[in-house]
Amino acid sequence: MVKVTYIEHNGTAHEVEGQAGQTVMETAIKNAVPGIIAECGGACSCATCHVYVDDAWKEKTGSPSPMEEDMLDFAFDVRPTSRLSCQIRLKPELDGLVVRIPEHQN
Amino acid sequence: MGLFAVFELGLLDVKAHVIDILDKPGGQCAELYPEKPIYDIPGLPVVTGQELTGRLLEQIKPFEPVFHFGERVDALRRVEGGFEVETGDGSTFFAKVIIIAAGGGSFTPKRPPLAGIEAFEGKSVFYAVRKVDAFRGKSVVIAGGGDSALDWTLNLQPVAKSVTLIHRRDEFRAAPDSVNKMRALVSEGRLKFVLGQVTKLNGEQGELRSLMVRGPVNGRPEQEFEVEAERLLPFFGLTMKLGPIANWGLNLHENLIAVDTEKFETSEPGIFAIGDINWYPGKLKLILSGFHEAALMAQQAHRYVYPGKKVVFQYTTSSSSLQKKLGIR
Repeated sequence: MVKVTYIEHNGTAHEVEGQAGQTVMETAIKNAVPGIIAECGGACSCATCHVYVDDAWKEKTGSPSPMEEDMLDFAFDVRPTSRLSCQIRLKPELDGLVVRIPEHQN
Repeated sequence: MGLFAVFELGLLDVKAHVIDILDKPGGQCAELYPEKPIYDIPGLPVVTGQELTGRLLEQIKPFEPVFHFGERVDALRRVEGGFEVETGDGSTFFAKVIIIAAGGGSFTPKRPPLAGIEAFEGKSVFYAVRKVDAFRGKSVVIAGGGDSALDWTLNLQPVAKSVTLIHRRDEFRAAPDSVNKMRALVSEGRLKFVLGQVTKLNGEQGELRSLMVRGPVNGRPEQEFEVEAERLLPFFGLTMKLGPIANWGLNLHENLIAVDTEKFETSEPGIFAIGDINWYPGKLKLILSGFHEAALMAQQAHRYVYPGKKVVFQYTTSSSSLQKKLGIR
């Protein structure tokens, strides 16, 4: 089990248990975390699963691939820690991951 | 899904016109994932969205569908003998049956979440260029990094008072040739490129005056600065919205069109819904499901188009009449 905390724009925190191998997006949807839409279902095609990775986790989660960088062009208020959560796969090293959800996805 | 519906209807001698808001066929496959491999199309271990679209177009060619691209059905009315359909451009069609294969909904430009942007839309914020001349002598800002943003940057530069391209990074998805032309114009001082993201619109009564942009200034990251703008063209891709379908009086289930599983007919006789846009207990949003739905829908559609004529079930492998329609014999 990999613990993930999603912090909404209004400050509400959702601490959920994710499974290694599943994406941060899938884990959010499965646990009804609001604010992550995932219109394309995880195909890196819509940029509506945008999150900000907490600074402490930036190195462990890694940087976006070129395909993900391209899709981030379609997100709003993109910051240096922006990622598309469908592209972050959970692993034991990410236990305790914290991500922040932007005010708007669409 | 609309494409395969043409095939199933064609086998039963029902001719089709296809109306789509996109400027090309293929729907979500062509627009969202043309280059991405799909692994669950029966008989095709792997096929890209664009390849599948191409194969379907080839498959339906014998039935000569008439395509109307760049148009969206806005109004739908029952009339004597069928339905009258009106598009946003004012075109009217009469049809005996209607098949809604709208996928995830109508593709509409993504609206940047900038406070009050709606008030500027149509007056000084535009998501498409209909007439180049409307931008003559104006200070134009274009936001985006793809082909739409770069193409319009290059096309409006000779006409506008000034053109500023704003993008969050110094890398572009657009065609390299367009990017090179843009960079050349920037180095000649005929075009401005700003690294950053628009955060606020300044203006009154829908008339834009300037934009607030957040981006690096003199090496200092994340500064806020003002950019003069009379026109803004945001190119942030497309999203899918149910659109006018919501107003046609059809039974909906969580923004999807409820249908029966025998004919995939909606709550309105003669109007069918197939593919991702429909809902029924057990529905899976799979392309193969849509194919199946198209086949069953066509049987009932035939009964409306040829009342009193019996549908004779035939196989394409053995039926000489079907093969003749397909142009094989």
